[in-house]
Amino acid sequence: MAGDLWEGRIVIVGASLAGLRAAETLREEGFTGSLTVVGDEPYPPYDRPPLSKQVLLGQAAADATGLPMRRDPDAQWRLGVRATGLDPPGKRVLLADGESLPYDRVLIATGTRARPWPNEREAALDGVFTLRTRDDAAGLAERLAAGPRRVLVIGGGFTGSEIASACRERGIEVTVAERGPAPLVGALGGTLSKLAVGLHRAHGVDLRCGVTVTALRGNGQFTGADLSDGSRVDADVCVVAMGAVRNTEWLVDCGLAAGPRGVACDAGCRAFNMYGIVTDDVFVAGDVARFPHPLFGYQMLSLEHWGNAVAQAQVAAHNMVNPGPRRRPHLAVPTFWSSQFGLNIKSVGVPVFSDQVVIAQGSLDERRLAMVYGYQGRVTAAVTVDMAKSLEYYQSLIETAAPFPPGPGAADGRPLLTEFTLPSDVPDPKELSHGPTVALTGYLPDRRLTVVRPTG
Amino acid sequence: MRIVVDLTRCQGYAQCVFLAPEVFELHGEEGLLYNPAVPDDQLERVRQAAAACPVQAILVGNEVSVGGR
Repeated sequence: MAGDLWEGRIVIVGASLAGLRAAETLREEGFTGSLTVVGDEPYPPYDRPPLSKQVLLGQAAADATGLPMRRDPDAQWRLGVRATGLDPPGKRVLLADGESLPYDRVLIATGTRARPWPNEREAALDGVFTLRTRDDAAGLAERLAAGPRRVLVIGGGFTGSEIASACRERGIEVTVAERGPAPLVGALGGTLSKLAVGLHRAHGVDLRCGVTVTALRGNGQFTGADLSDGSRVDADVCVVAMGAVRNTEWLVDCGLAAGPRGVACDAGCRAFNMYGIVTDDVFVAGDVARFPHPLFGYQMLSLEHWGNAVAQAQVAAHNMVNPGPRRRPHLAVPTFWSSQFGLNIKSVGVPVFSDQVVIAQGSLDERRLAMVYGYQGRVTAAVTVDMAKSLEYYQSLIETAAPFPPGPGAADGRPLLTEFTLPSDVPDPKELSHGPTVALTGYLPDRRLTVVRPTG
Repeated sequence: MRIVVDLTRCQGYAQCVFLAPEVFELHGEEGLLYNPAVPDDQLERVRQAAAACPVQAILVGNEVSVGGR
């Protein structure tokens, strides 16, 4: 039985971080069959986080972020060709060039793409960018190096804030337009979003919250934008940072539980079909996956996190070549980081799965703190600002479902400020320009509302 | 050679910054920026940095080379 699983044909659709790490893991686990990795971009797997940081700062070239291999996965790489369909009964992946690849097991790791500006004509103006791919970053970095008068960033999520930070560091004037009340509010809630507002303003960002961009102007070349408050922003470059869209269109009608919120799978990364029946030859990993997590009420989570792509790819690959009893669950606690305005923001757990927060160490004024998030008396997340060494302690509280507010433990010589709990103030993502990078795709726990994200 | 740093793991001990300052740099108090494409003359220092990292967050390796399609 197990011998069969170590042989045969495996196709991985998606040649980014999750696809590469899955391919390596398959070989580490002893898979000796044929392995094919399909990617729509013409490049070997590369790392995306530096694209909004080192690359925009001019410290690294966009084509220099190729991911190192842990080992050569001895795969056939089909790059620059898009997968256009999956045929589960026929066990084939269909490609845009007309070919089809037969498989015994397939891994879906197609990730996300940048949500485009909805008006196609305006989006096509020269100087209007999104930032997701290596080509996006190369184009944007070139414009920033040319010294634009002003950059308009639409959306105050992590990507938008990092772009604004890079612009200011290069001395470029920047306006950030966010529909919600503050940057980062969708991911971190109300209290830390106030810190984000302060950071933007202190670094000279022209921050406009509670507004939408109604039109991008220009005749061939982008020249500025109209805002819903009647004002106008004159700028030479516009970056649309309105979150991500999951690449699931190619799976329409194939019978899998795939849609705008991702491809649903079980804790072992096996895809569900449209009837909620688990498959045993179709696996999912990375940003495109939607999976249940026991620490967060078994809600289906979609995580746009580097660390999740790695961990989930490894679990998926292990389970693709091991029989039932030896399979592992993907239980990693969500973790991410963002570097902006000289601060290191790290998160563990799911901050939006919360009703209360408390600043456990440091303070907003120092811009150095650890904030703990709780839901119904249980610790569910923590975010540190320039206090990364504390994060592990809070992760242990989350993993053990420790009571909220937390007792003393990681205190930095001062009493924990845990008597002052605040509402976590997580907004409905529908009201924001930026998408949260941790999406509860079931419901917001304090409101009992189904979260429906527009498909745009 | 290429490197990637697992920044979910990185806690800002900055050993790499001392050992290979031309490749690793602290941005603020603990945010790490690095050059993913390691110049040949820095490779030995980067290997030392990877070995010294207290949380073993640095991966050094070859980029995927794609042979014929």
